[in-house]
Amino acid sequence: MNLHLTRRYRFSASHRLHSSALDEQENRRIYGKCNNPYGHGHNYVVEVAVSGPVDPATGMIANLGELDAFVHNEVIEPFDHTYLNVQVPEFHDHVPTTENLCIEIFRRLRAFPRARLERVRLEETGLNSFEFRGELPAGSQGTRP
Amino acid sequence: MVYLTRKIEFSASHLYHNPAFSAEENRRVFGKCNNPHGHGHNYVLEVTVAGDPDPRTGMVLDLKELKEILQREVTDRMDHRFLNYEVPELSGQIPTCENIAAVIWRLLEPKITRGALHRVRLYETPDLFVDCYGDGQGVAHGAGKPAGERR
Repeated sequence: MNLHLTRRYRFSASHRLHSSALDEQENRRIYGKCNNPYGHGHNYVVEVAVSGPVDPATGMIANLGELDAFVHNEVIEPFDHTYLNVQVPEFHDHVPTTENLCIEIFRRLRAFPRARLERVRLEETGLNSFEFRGELPAGSQGTRP
Repeated sequence: MVYLTRKIEFSASHLYHNPAFSAEENRRVFGKCNNPHGHGHNYVLEVTVAGDPDPRTGMVLDLKELKEILQREVTDRMDHRFLNYEVPELSGQIPTCENIAAVIWRLLEPKITRGALHRVRLYETPDLFVDCYGDGQGVAHGAGKPAGERR
């Protein structure tokens, strides 16, 4: 049986979309309101899907307490109530779009030792979401998974 | 190919307990879910059937027929039941979301005769759900590590 277990988590953070590869005018044109120099925030929702055999002794793919603790340590604690551009080292010279944030979360969670990470889905607002399954196109500038 | 999804809800209680574990081990592994009196959830089940619409009716399958199958196979069996004691298909298993989703897949798969069962998604709470694709690869596969590296 091919089974995926998905758990939803939340964190709130601010960011500013600004690329050092673009000039001021181009940054404003491309990122619009998201280029506001003071930054702005979102309530992010992260969906983490893992797969693997169901342990007959527990009926579980992975112990939820272990998954929760791992996600909390790797993602929620370092990201919640922070300014991502400044307080998350991976975004010092990398635009914290929700695409890149989704890839970075996948990179941090793929080391979960108890099951295989299938998918990270990140909602920036209730109206837009991004999903990453571990594959980047060749030559991509995204955060390496 | 069109994917059609129907949603139902059922409420049931369960408890997690492995008789092969000591009392202390049961409490450690299963936590609050080991409460011997059980506890309950409002489960939400999404059943997705894949197929091509019949050119005469425009339907993959008749939703009314799917509704009746879900009523008979799932609601009548599981709604307002104590899953450990009242659902024979789960006997000898811990009634986790994983195992319930797999049981529902096995119950539904042979009953869907138009189109093919693609996915069973079972929500235990809005923040916890399991997708079952049977023995198929599902939509989220083909990414990440090759199958040989799976645990």
